[in-house]
Amino acid sequence: MEHYTMNLTLKVWRQKNKKDRGGFETYSVSDISSEMSFLEMFDVLNERLVKEGKEPIAFDHDCREGICGMCSMYINGRPHGPWEGTTTCQLHMRAFRDGDTIVVEPWRANAFPVVKDLVVDRSAFDRIIQAGGYISVNTGNAVDANAIPIEKNSADTAFAAAACIGCGACVAACKNSSALLFLSAKVSHLALLPQGNPERKTRVVDMIAQMDKEGFGSCTATGACEAVCPKEISITNIARLNAEYGRSGLTADK
Amino acid sequence: MGLTGVFLILFLIVHVCVNACIWAEDDGQMFNLAAHFLGATVVPRVLEIGLFAGFLLHIIQAYMLELQNKRKRGVGYQVPMGNKGSKWYSRYMGWLGTFVLLFLVIHIKQFWVPSRFTDLDEVAYENGAKVHNLFALMKETFTQPWVVIVYLVGCLALAYHLMHGFQSAFRSLGVYNSRYLKIINAIGVGFSIIVPLAFAMMPISMYFNWV
Repeated sequence: MEHYTMNLTLKVWRQKNKKDRGGFETYSVSDISSEMSFLEMFDVLNERLVKEGKEPIAFDHDCREGICGMCSMYINGRPHGPWEGTTTCQLHMRAFRDGDTIVVEPWRANAFPVVKDLVVDRSAFDRIIQAGGYISVNTGNAVDANAIPIEKNSADTAFAAAACIGCGACVAACKNSSALLFLSAKVSHLALLPQGNPERKTRVVDMIAQMDKEGFGSCTATGACEAVCPKEISITNIARLNAEYGRSGLTADK
Repeated sequence: MGLTGVFLILFLIVHVCVNACIWAEDDGQMFNLAAHFLGATVVPRVLEIGLFAGFLLHIIQAYMLELQNKRKRGVGYQVPMGNKGSKWYSRYMGWLGTFVLLFLVIHIKQFWVPSRFTDLDEVAYENGAKVHNLFALMKETFTQPWVVIVYLVGCLALAYHLMHGFQSAFRSLGVYNSRYLKIINAIGVGFSIIVPLAFAMMPISMYFNWV
C-alpha cells in the first residue's frame, strides 16, 4: 500500500485522577504517516504537548508488539480500533484517512476505574487470576514439558484459549461489562490440560466468585467480546466455562 | 435463564401444535376438543402451574439481571459500539421480552381467563360431550384489526427474542461441542422463523375468514 500523510482531529478523554469528572478535549495533529502505529501518533502528540508545557495524555502501553495486553484504547466506538484481531499498538494509521476525526475513550466499566486520562485500573483481572488461575507444580527442577502426553486437539484448543492477553477489551465491548470471555479463556486453558486437573473443580467456582465480587456484569451472549478480542478468543469458551461450572456444582466434594 | 428458556421453548411447541388444529377444516372441532383436553385433564393442568412458574422465573430473573448489568457501567461511551460485533436483537432481549410480556398479558386476558374462569359458549359434538367453543371466541376476537396488529407485533418480538434466545440458552447450559452448536444454531434460526410465523398466520387466517 502506498505511503501517505494525514491531518487528523482527535477527541480524547482527559481526566486528572480517579475523582475528577473528566471530559473530552480536541487536538489537531498534522503530517501523520500512514505507517505509524496508533500509539506512535499519540507519542507525536504528547511530545508536542510537553513542548507546549501542557500535561501529556496518559495511556497504557508496554511491549508495543501486541502480546502484553497493556494498551487499552476505545477508538471510534470499538475497543482497539477498527481492525479485527489487533491491539491498539498494532493498529496502524493507514486504517484512517486524511481529515478523519477520531474519538478515543478509556475502557468503560465500574470494575475498571479510570486512573488518569486513558489509563484504567485492571487489577481486578489479577485478583481473578489469583483466585484460581494457577496449577499445582512440584518445586525443584523444571518438569520435562513433554512428560505427560496431551492429545493434539486439546493442546491446540488450550493454546488458543491461552492466547488471551488479559487486555480487557471484552469487558469494554460488553453491554453488561462482563468479564466472562477473559475468565472462560483462563478456565478453558487449564481445564483442557491434564496439568489443570487437581484444581479443576474449585478453580471455576472461585474465579467466578471473585469476578462477581469485582463488580463485572453477567454474560448475555451478544458476541461483542469475541468480535473485538485482539487474540480472537472464541465465545465457545464461555459455553465450556458454563459446563465446567455446572460440573463443579454437581460434583464438588465440599 | 437458559433452563427456563428451554422449558418455555418446549411449551411453544405444544402451543403451536394445538393451535394448528384450527386449520383442520372442521369448523374448529379438533381445536375445541384439544383445548378441552388441556383444560379438563389433570396432567396438563399441573403442567400449567409449572408453566406459569417458568414464565415468572424467566421474567423476574431477566429483569433482575438486566438491572444489575446496567449498573456495571457508570459512565457510558461517547461513541456507542452499536452493531459492530453483535446483533441488535441480542442486545435488546430485555425490550423484546417486555414486548412479549405485554402481548402475553393481553393474550391471557383474551383467551386463557375466559376459558378457565368465565362461562364460554359451549358446543356439543357427536359423542355428546359439551365443550367450550374457544374457536368461536378466536374468530370473534380476530375480527378487530387492532387485535390482529397487536398479535403480529407480539409474534415479531417473539421471533427476534427466540433468534438470540434459542442458541444462547444452550450455551448457558454448557453445550460447547462445535458440531452440536452448529446444529443448535441452525435449528434455532428455523424455529425462530417457523413457530412465530405459524402463530402469526392464525389471527391472519381468522381475520380474512380463511378458516
